[in-house]
Amino acid sequence: MSLLELKNISKIYGELKALDNVSINVEKGEWLAIMGPSGSGKSTMMNIIGCMDKPSLGEVLLDGVDISKESAKNLTTIRRDKIGLIFQQFHLVNYLTAVENVMVAQYYHSLPDEKEAMEALARVGLSERAKHLPSQLSGGEQQRVCVARALINHPEVVLADEPTGNLDEANENIVLDLFRQLHREGTTLIVVTHDPEVAEAAQRTIVLDHGRVAREVINENFAD
Amino acid sequence: MFFRMLRGILVRQKGKMLMIALTIALGASLATAMLNVMMDVGDKVNQELKTYGANITVYPKNASILNDIYDVEGGAQDAYLKESELGNIKTIFWAFNIVDFAPFIDTTVSLDDGGEVTLVGTWFNHHLDLPTGESLDAGVSSLRSWWDVTSGAWLDEQAMADADEAMLGSGVASRLGVKAGDVIHVKASSGEADLTVVGVYDAGGDEDDQIYAPLDTVQRLTDTDGLLSSIEVSAITTPDNELAVKAAQNPAALTIAQYETWYCTAYASSICYQIQEVITDSVASPVRQVADSEGEILEKTHLLMVLITILSLLGSALGISNLVTASVMERGAEIGLLKAIGAHDASVSGMVLTEIVITAIIGGVVGYFAGFGFAQIIGQTVFGSAIEMKAMVIPIVGVLVICVSLAGSIPAIRTLLRLRPAEVLHGR
Ligand SMILES: Nc1ncnc2c1ncn2[C@@H]1O[C@H](COP(=O)(O)OP(=O)(O)O)[C@@H](O)[C@H]1O
Ligand SMILES: [Mg+2]
Repeated sequence: MSLLELKNISKIYGELKALDNVSINVEKGEWLAIMGPSGSGKSTMMNIIGCMDKPSLGEVLLDGVDISKESAKNLTTIRRDKIGLIFQQFHLVNYLTAVENVMVAQYYHSLPDEKEAMEALARVGLSERAKHLPSQLSGGEQQRVCVARALINHPEVVLADEPTGNLDEANENIVLDLFRQLHREGTTLIVVTHDPEVAEAAQRTIVLDHGRVAREVINENFAD
Repeated sequence: MFFRMLRGILVRQKGKMLMIALTIALGASLATAMLNVMMDVGDKVNQELKTYGANITVYPKNASILNDIYDVEGGAQDAYLKESELGNIKTIFWAFNIVDFAPFIDTTVSLDDGGEVTLVGTWFNHHLDLPTGESLDAGVSSLRSWWDVTSGAWLDEQAMADADEAMLGSGVASRLGVKAGDVIHVKASSGEADLTVVGVYDAGGDEDDQIYAPLDTVQRLTDTDGLLSSIEVSAITTPDNELAVKAAQNPAALTIAQYETWYCTAYASSICYQIQEVITDSVASPVRQVADSEGEILEKTHLLMVLITILSLLGSALGISNLVTASVMERGAEIGLLKAIGAHDASVSGMVLTEIVITAIIGGVVGYFAGFGFAQIIGQTVFGSAIEMKAMVIPIVGVLVICVSLAGSIPAIRTLLRLRPAEVLHGR
């Protein structure tokens, strides 16, 4: 059984089909990239996989559970327990320090543990900056805090929406290296991007266009 | 973590929180000022009105009928009250509301120039030790505080020499051509006396043509030892309502419950009733105009203050509502994120509410003290005296502030609950 199965899902806004009868399977431990032009439905798909939205039609099985039928409250719980989220705009809580931002995720999941949060920051190379507020961190550093936050509760799936969209080349590479490391450790990764370089780092790329799967590319050169 | 988050918000976003606290402080200060003044104003107005004299008079049963029907004063009298029962007035249920009282006995005396004048015997500043163990200075020096002493000074019973002393109305004084320090001779039904004039007063009424002397002096001259012709009482009263009017006509017509309510409310009529209970064969009646206007003024003042308090709280509720909603909107991404990483609606709402309650408490405390300052300013400018700090105001303001802040945050909380992470987290 795949970790994630999208079965004929559609998301319809009035006349517009943001997603149109999409079916995708994602295996445990797989690194998948989703590409496509702006407006092709990438974020919509990520919201559905990330339990922040429901499809208009179709089923979404996460770990065998159909999340398209769950209540908003249950979705919050599932999201908390199984999914790590990374966004293009980082979205750190601006009045909390780096380590506190990581601890917030622990807090809503189980119990905040400063030591563990510090280890997570060390992993993304930010031990020195743990007590800084987001406004005192560079974009790359902020995104690394987000990666640490996404990982802290050992999610089944890490979902990233344009994680490198606001980063320069150097920071993009740092984040990609972090993803490689995660992949080696067996974390399932789904990365939305329109940067071919980022997509090439993944094992498989799905290209969306107008809400449909336009093509699927297996990265022959994938190297761990 | 919750506390670290709270601290983060309160310390690192203090600008915004300060604005909210300030709004709350403003509302709280107005409420505090108004409530303090409102609770104290009753006593203040009463103190002011007390200067206009007694609001209850007590006559002997028979005499009062005569007085009412024929409006006679100081004439031949065969019914008296007992001086020994005077202290009982301070033992009634509403003893605390009795601020002052004075006994009277009067007679007509003839003067050396052949003229006749009313001599009134009363207390000036009589020291009284009550059966309850308390003591009290009662008498006309405060019941007639509007008297303008134009020569000499108020008669002081405590400092009285052996000689008989008296105070003369300005009319009598000018007729006799005497001033403070002079001695006049008076002749009454059962004796005569030389009275040393210690003071001349201008009362602006009938009393200017009378002589006031200590009670026992007049009793001696009229051979009425231990007897009184009337008592004037100044009491703090609650404005009459239907029940009080009904009771005043006939207390026996009340049901037991009504009777209890009436008896245990400081209506002029229930105080009168209780005075009659302790003074044998007496009739106590409110001096209507004063008692009523006192209540009316108070009621109107209270209403005004309640309205101002409500309006100020409403204003601050609106202000809080705006500020909190704006701050929740501004924090949409942050709150969306908290939801995205697993915060349930309840914990996010709880968080925001806790912030507001803490801000409200800070604002409330600041507002309370500021309001207390306002109350003092009002007290000084309007009444020329300090407003007493009423402990009752603290819980009332506390509850009001919390309610108003919570009510003010309802729109923000609703916005917050509607907020879906998917809509705020992806930059479009
Ligand atoms: N809440 C919404 N209401 C209406 N239309 C929406 C909504 N969310 C997304 N869309 C539309 O769905 C389409 C896909 O959007 P999105 O998934 O954000 O694309 P992408 O992330 O690939 O740029 C777009 O045309 C967008 O305008
Ligand atoms: Mg997008």
